[in-house]
Amino acid sequence: MAILETRKLDKWFGGLHVTDAVDFAVETGEIHCLIGPNGAGKSTFFRLVLGEHAPSGGQIFYDGRDITKAKPFERIRRGISVKFQVPGIFQALKVRQNLQIALQHHLEGSSLNEEIDRLLEFLKLKDAESQLAGSLSHGQKQWLEIGMAIALKPKLLLLDEPTAGMTPDETFATGEMVQALNAQGVSVLAVEHDMAFVRQIAQKVTVLHFGKVFAQGTIDEIVADERVAAIYLGEVHA
Amino acid sequence: MALRNSPIAALRLLEGPQTLGKGPGFWGGFTTIVALACLYPLFADGYDVGNNVYFFNWTFMALGLSLIWGYGGALSFGQTAFFGVAGYAYGVLTINLGDAYGLTFVSLIAAVGLSALFAGVLGYFLFFGRISGVFLGIVTLSVTLVLERFMSQTAGPEWAIGSARLNGFNGMGGMPSLTIPWPGGDIVLFPDVALYYLTLAMLVVVYLALRILVNSRFGNVLVAIRENPQRAEMLGYDIRRYQLGAFVIGSGLAGLSGVLYTAWGNYITPSSMGMSAAALPVVWVAVGGRSDLTTTLFGTLLVLAGFQYLTIYGSQYALVVMGVLLVVTILAAPSGIFITVGSLFSKGLRRRLKRESV
Repeated sequence: MAILETRKLDKWFGGLHVTDAVDFAVETGEIHCLIGPNGAGKSTFFRLVLGEHAPSGGQIFYDGRDITKAKPFERIRRGISVKFQVPGIFQALKVRQNLQIALQHHLEGSSLNEEIDRLLEFLKLKDAESQLAGSLSHGQKQWLEIGMAIALKPKLLLLDEPTAGMTPDETFATGEMVQALNAQGVSVLAVEHDMAFVRQIAQKVTVLHFGKVFAQGTIDEIVADERVAAIYLGEVHA
Repeated sequence: MALRNSPIAALRLLEGPQTLGKGPGFWGGFTTIVALACLYPLFADGYDVGNNVYFFNWTFMALGLSLIWGYGGALSFGQTAFFGVAGYAYGVLTINLGDAYGLTFVSLIAAVGLSALFAGVLGYFLFFGRISGVFLGIVTLSVTLVLERFMSQTAGPEWAIGSARLNGFNGMGGMPSLTIPWPGGDIVLFPDVALYYLTLAMLVVVYLALRILVNSRFGNVLVAIRENPQRAEMLGYDIRRYQLGAFVIGSGLAGLSGVLYTAWGNYITPSSMGMSAAALPVVWVAVGGRSDLTTTLFGTLLVLAGFQYLTIYGSQYALVVMGVLLVVTILAAPSGIFITVGSLFSKGLRRRLKRESV
């Protein structure tokens, strides 16, 4: 069963058809990567799923229910969580407080503190808990935001270029984090440029091109597809 | 669950990440200052004490603006609008109802409630209409100025509510002071020692209650919205409700200032909602340090005292100084003078200064 599904999803910006009748699904429990050349409509699609843009047509289903008209925070409360490309953290607050704000929905008192400690361990941020989030390294900021996203105990995690600006080591560690979460049952949809990262985590890959689903398959199938290479991989490797 | 709602758990929130000051040192200082404030009338002339209540009257509005702007990140120029609405409401209500049976206090509560209701309606359109940043400032300033203009043209006899004449540009007077019903003769709180103690007690209660509020879960979300509204929303918070909540509470406090001022001076004029009146709370709060309740409180008292002193030499001249003070603060000490000067001596404040300049 699909945890996320779009049916004939459309978005126009004036005369520009940025999302063109996209039928797309993330199956429950899978790690699904969305790739495509610049301007393919990945970010718009992402924002449509989050509810930051309203679609011009079509429907979005989450966990079997129509969420096309739901507000962003309502989607989050139903079990979607997101990590943005630019780390969206609370810079002037301490690392610990960042996690507290994410966790205080469903926890309090000692269980809140225990969960914060557990997350700090998982994120390798235990030593930085009383630092200001703004003073973390770029990679640590990315992890903190991943931590805030998973603090909500999501069923579906949306990642928008989660490894942007990371070193190869940090990228690899992030991939392991994502796989660890997936092993706990979290479905993942990631928009990503870094093909090494896609290769590391993706169980399924969808290529967007001019707002349409262009190809879909395993990473090996996608890499072997000459049409994809022509529009995307060739361009990257050239 | 029970623990979170118990009074003891609430008292723990008197200290927290959103407020400066903790431990015996801070609370010792707090108690000393409150004690000194309580002792002051014993050593001063009753007339002076009554006059100085004036300074306390404005602090509620400043604390409210600290909540809306310093903690919530929404710059409102509307504090004076709610000040004026509540001040006029108190006038209209008490002139019609009289001062017996504690009705002045009923009027106080009703007038503050009315200003909060007005803030709720205005805030609903602002925040649910996703108006933010400089536009929020423009809209709230416009509302204030429209109210000033409107009240200024109510000079004619047709502008009366019951027996209360609004009196246009000259302002409304003749409303009773706050009056406590008492067997054998009501206690009228003229600007004197009794009013001083009542206002001081209200200030202490409001200050402590706001400390608890900003360190609560609500306060956590409020500063999260200030730091990054998108992230706060993507943690599942309906940020508009939190912004509206802070706006209503902060504006209601401006309303409380309006009532206390009107009852203290038995007078309210449209110019209390004018351009310079609207700008002054922003100066008080910015100079002291808007991001903390304590620095806001002391900054407000300090700037008010300075303004009052300068007014002796001419009020326009004093306003220019206020403008210069605001510009200098924004350029040289954007976190406010207390945090900036304090950071020379305290490591904690240095860290705070650094994080506010991130």
